[in-house]
Amino acid sequence: MAVQTGQISPNLANVAVAVADDDYARERHLTWRKFSRHRLAVAGAIVLLIIVIGAVFAPAFTHFDPFAIDDAWQGTPLAPGVAGHWLGTDEVGRDLWARLLFGGRISLTIGLFAVIIEVLLGSFIGAVSGYFGGWVDAVLMRVTDAFLCIPLLPLLLVLTAIVAAESTKAALNFTSIVLIIGFLSWMSVARLVRGAFLSLREKEFCEAARAIGSSHFRIMFRHLLPNAMAPIVVQATLDVAGVITLESVLSFLGFGIQPPTASWGSMLANAQENISIAWWAAVFPGLCILTTVLAINYMGDGLRDALDPNVR
Amino acid sequence: MLNYTIRRTIQAVPLLLLISVMMFLILNKMPGGPLAAYMQNPHITAADIARLKHNFGLDRPLYVQYLDWFWRALHGDLGWSQVNSTTVVEAFRERLPATLELMSVSFIVALAVGLTFGLIAAIKPYSGFDYFVTTFAFFGMSMPIFWLAIMMQMLFSVNGIHFPPAGMEKFTFGYRLDFTLPSAGDQSTGGGDFWDHLKHLIMPAACLALLQIATWSRFTRASMQEVLHTDYMRTAAAKGLTFANMLFKHGMKNGLMPVVTIIALSLPSLVSGAVVTETIFAWPGMGRLFIVGLQQQDFPLLMGYLMLVSVLVVVFNLLADLVYGWLDPRVKYD
Repeated sequence: MAVQTGQISPNLANVAVAVADDDYARERHLTWRKFSRHRLAVAGAIVLLIIVIGAVFAPAFTHFDPFAIDDAWQGTPLAPGVAGHWLGTDEVGRDLWARLLFGGRISLTIGLFAVIIEVLLGSFIGAVSGYFGGWVDAVLMRVTDAFLCIPLLPLLLVLTAIVAAESTKAALNFTSIVLIIGFLSWMSVARLVRGAFLSLREKEFCEAARAIGSSHFRIMFRHLLPNAMAPIVVQATLDVAGVITLESVLSFLGFGIQPPTASWGSMLANAQENISIAWWAAVFPGLCILTTVLAINYMGDGLRDALDPNVR
Repeated sequence: MLNYTIRRTIQAVPLLLLISVMMFLILNKMPGGPLAAYMQNPHITAADIARLKHNFGLDRPLYVQYLDWFWRALHGDLGWSQVNSTTVVEAFRERLPATLELMSVSFIVALAVGLTFGLIAAIKPYSGFDYFVTTFAFFGMSMPIFWLAIMMQMLFSVNGIHFPPAGMEKFTFGYRLDFTLPSAGDQSTGGGDFWDHLKHLIMPAACLALLQIATWSRFTRASMQEVLHTDYMRTAAAKGLTFANMLFKHGMKNGLMPVVTIIALSLPSLVSGAVVTETIFAWPGMGRLFIVGLQQQDFPLLMGYLMLVSVLVVVFNLLADLVYGWLDPRVKYD
């Protein structure tokens, strides 16, 4: 008997895997079809792709150095079209288009990495909370409540002010902003994952995994978490937009990315003072933020429609 | 219900304690700690700092300092604000009217416009107006508010149409972050009569209202859409009610319940103000008080502000839950 089961079960397992793969493929196909029918979401994705390409291959799209001051600059910002700067220069004569491209790198990377941290942390806390329940859940959820009740922007400003005072290096600044935003925005993901785990942990496949002796860690992250992926992906997408906005506010107020490094927010930091002499320096970085955030929001909306089983 | 209310209220206490401990620890990490505001003064020597440290009891263990702060805060004493040269409570009292004014005006405008937009969009889904509302909502939600503010200043102040760009108390265009803290509110740029006041109010209020209109119209639309497709609405139509009767007596009563919750949750901002908008328009409110306090690292002010806002958020969360239960008898509490 023992030999027989030993022979049969791998085959059965293969069949099961094949069926599951087929299911997944169909699922993915359906999701893609729903998403591609959402025209604005597709448009958002395309716009976002263009912006990402512009940022990643920034040097390919401009021959200007984003930090170099143009020789033609004599104290006033150069208007669009002057001396080959087709978007003009900022108030100290640096090419605006080049700074937008390179600033996009900073803004987008901060958005991406902060959300990665947020998702990892939120998934872990939500998973532990929902899986174990009891007092672990009670404690973790009270902490989550506490974080949700603290006003986000003032706290962010306080934390970045602390970090900014302690470090002057731009790279350090970048990392700390990513960490700070990531560590302050995991709550919604944690709640999502916890909610999903509360029902998932009662399912048969979870019981089966427990019966064959899988560790808690394995059950949580190999078996349960993949089933909670859809809402996490939607939330993460929308949060990238939120983080990009937050970073721009921080940098605008002077607590985020420090000069001379450009992010779209920090490029606007001096724009208000110079608005009467250089409208372009105020208009274009903001347009970049708005376009990116809008594209991501439309994309997230389409993803929600495509991934949410209730809508299907 | 009463039971639930009491239990939730009791639960709020450890939550607020946790928040206050977290805030206290974070703010103590500021370089210079609670004395940072004094260290920027070149006339204060190291010996003075040491004396101040002793006088303020900052040489005691951290938990003693926290308990001390907590005990005073319970008695309505949030400490001395070095930047304002008043007590923190007095500084709040000075700034609160300006914030209340700005926030409530934008709040009322947003409420009227947002609900109307959402309602009409829900009644006529996929119409031209619905597309306008939906698109407007997406733009509003994606708009970086500080950029919107700058664009408004550029369009309406610089290019001829004379709305004052900023400065309820001090007119300088291109004003950004002010390191001096002028006394709030009394001297405004154009003499300070009613019209001048209104002119200063329009842009920041519109700026704030636009964003709230975006969220609330979208929310109202979704909620009303759901209600309009319920069985009881069909029943109401079947028994021959006019559409207006149907909408106002049955539809809105149900459809606006979640909206009421979301509005209750945004009420704390009436007091906390808007950090970014107030800064850009130089509005002498709570938000800007916080920013200046942060630049000068005014420990008691920051601690007081963060705790005040947190308390309000906790209280209004609780209220929103209770109001929802009161509005909707189907909700069961246990």
